[in-house]
Amino acid sequence: MAIDEKLIREAVASVLRDLNVEKGESKPVTAHKSNVPLSINFKDSGDAQKGTKSDEVVIGIGPAFGTAQTATIIDLPHDKVIKEVIAGIEEEGCSYRIIRVFQTSDASFIAHNAAKLSGSGIGVGIQSKGTTVIHQKDLPPLANLELFPQAPLLDYEAFRNIGKNAAKYAKGQTPEPIPVKNDQMARPRFQAIAALLHIKETKLCDINKKAQEVAIN
Amino acid sequence: MKKSKRFEVLADRPVNKDGFVEEWPEEGLIAMNSPLDPKPSVKVENGVIVEMDGKARDQFDMIDTFIADHAIIVDNAEKVCGTDSLKIARMLCDINVTRDQVLEYTLSMTPAKAVDVLNNMTVLEMMMGVTKMRARKQPSNQAHVTNVKDSAVQIAADAAEGALRGFDELETTVGVGRFAPTNAIGILIGSQVGRPGVLTQCALEEATELQLGMRGFTAYAETISVYGTEQVFTDGDDTPYSKAFLASCYASRGLKMRFTSGSGSEVLMGFADGKSMLYLESRCLFVTKGAGSQGTQNGSVSCVGVPGAVPGGVREILAENLLAMMLGLECASSNDQTFTHSDLRKVARSLMQMVPGTDFICSGYSSTPNYDNMFAGSNWDAEDYDDWNVIQRDLKIDAGLRPVKEDEVVAARNKAARAMQGLFKELGLPEITDAEVEAATYAHGSKEIIDRNSVEDIKAIEQMMNRGVTAIDFIKGLNNAGFPDIAESIFNMTKQKVAGDYLHTSAIIKDWHVISAVNQPNDYLGPMTGYQVEGKTWDDIKNIERAIAATDI
Repeated sequence: MAIDEKLIREAVASVLRDLNVEKGESKPVTAHKSNVPLSINFKDSGDAQKGTKSDEVVIGIGPAFGTAQTATIIDLPHDKVIKEVIAGIEEEGCSYRIIRVFQTSDASFIAHNAAKLSGSGIGVGIQSKGTTVIHQKDLPPLANLELFPQAPLLDYEAFRNIGKNAAKYAKGQTPEPIPVKNDQMARPRFQAIAALLHIKETKLCDINKKAQEVAIN
Repeated sequence: MKKSKRFEVLADRPVNKDGFVEEWPEEGLIAMNSPLDPKPSVKVENGVIVEMDGKARDQFDMIDTFIADHAIIVDNAEKVCGTDSLKIARMLCDINVTRDQVLEYTLSMTPAKAVDVLNNMTVLEMMMGVTKMRARKQPSNQAHVTNVKDSAVQIAADAAEGALRGFDELETTVGVGRFAPTNAIGILIGSQVGRPGVLTQCALEEATELQLGMRGFTAYAETISVYGTEQVFTDGDDTPYSKAFLASCYASRGLKMRFTSGSGSEVLMGFADGKSMLYLESRCLFVTKGAGSQGTQNGSVSCVGVPGAVPGGVREILAENLLAMMLGLECASSNDQTFTHSDLRKVARSLMQMVPGTDFICSGYSSTPNYDNMFAGSNWDAEDYDDWNVIQRDLKIDAGLRPVKEDEVVAARNKAARAMQGLFKELGLPEITDAEVEAATYAHGSKEIIDRNSVEDIKAIEQMMNRGVTAIDFIKGLNNAGFPDIAESIFNMTKQKVAGDYLHTSAIIKDWHVISAVNQPNDYLGPMTGYQVEGKTWDDIKNIERAIAATDI
């Protein structure tokens, strides 16, 4: 689905509404873009704990994922995105947990936080706009196992493969990395919108708030 | 609603694939003239700046302190800040005021004062400013030479062609980091085959890039990044001081170096501090000046999608370039990365620098088709060579390129590829076959290049690097392989690092003579002054092969 001017206007308008809220006006914060209704409810349920299961992959999501924002930069609804990642993990016979990171909105740091809480040491970090990283707990935060920097190129198949590869790493395998896509026209089309979405997500960061366990239903 | 056919056609136009956003000043999503930018101010006590742009010294952040202590000529600062910004804006585009007279003001400005001056100017007035304030009299151009396969033999062939076409600097980088040494060798050898004296670099992680320079694989560097807010700076584990230290590392080894910065990076990382893109870039340029760098690559560069999407963004990019020149810096003025699907926008954006001329109009014109451009695509690529040449001919401007003949290009590409074949053998690297030489000679892009065994190559490269190979080994190897002329060029390039003349502002090398802002300063003062396109230069530019002579009919 193309991002047209109307959607961008909505995004800007919603951003401005948020600002009004901060200034003390009591207007509700609505979804950021196209108002995608989600079939999954992402509910924060207490401080996230370090896992003990050696077959688990922890999926870290950004502060706005599935709540303040409901779709990636190319309008893939967050519920479907998370289902694909989970399906990929389960196809490899592994288990998953979801945590929400508040201390950062950086994809690499979200993934590293998830990896540190993961029983297998493997985590996946997903920003609300879709940028994704597969991480391992012993690597430096800005390194990674696999990085998918161009969110506009991530489709459902890519998210399922990310889940599969993360699970393979969790099982101690060395999978073939998912081929990286490159589109020289992603910048002209999406860079400024990416900035808008990232600024909005960064505003929800809270340096003092621990990562939360997320229940989905 | 019934659909209009007109609007249907318009919706399909390339420009409507581009992203556009409205301004959002509170988050820095505004090009210039932001109501939230600080107002210029300066107070000096005992030769020290104690107040700058509305902040007292005890409120300074790390960037403010660095700028106040190192980037502003203090003696004149209060006088300049008290001068009407409109007056300085008028001086910039007044043909009766010399570059030096303008610098007397602009070198004592604060970052907010510089922005306040530029806010008064139209793009046409700024282009007049660039014509006069560009440091080197003669404009020039730089190319990217990369490919998705990290094929060193293709890099050598494309570098040879690029040098022949007129680029004075060539820049490569890598897809896979471990190929950096052979990519750097490829661009070095190719450049010297095309035209001796062309400068080359390999953009990498900072420590590796410095090491390759110290070992003579490269002649300069330009990817030393600085940022306009403290948060973005420290997120990269850096400070203005660490960057100044890195700058001195290059200088001490006789390597040319420039910093890089550009609007949009702080917004993209979510830490713009509520300031306009031009104000944040102004801080970057003052840091660049204060760190002692001779120049900058700026004009948004890789974040161009951000200013490109807001109102007045292309004007802001030109303002950034002019601001660099107002600080006396060499300016490699971007025009590199893709920012639009529209060929019309692409040209309109580039005319801002092509027409007045800058030290390097593109800081990366892709010398390959864009699918091979490992900087994620350039605004101009190899398929636009003839368009660029014709635009120069139409406007009678020198934008750095020259028309070339096919047989000369083929010969240069072939010689570069053969030299690589010989040098690889001498260095103990896996063989480059005759078929690979042939493919690189005639290729347009890496789709026509023969795949190599990368695992074998990577192992051999690692061994070569562990042996401590330097430029001296390339000189010996090329001489032994039957290429004494290329060996001599690389020897000359190595001597340049000892002499150090090409560390002067805006230096390029033509026929082994350094041309810079020191021995060829820009002296533009209105019509028929400054750099003139005439004589052989104009003959070379106007004589495109396809033009029909009356005598031929």
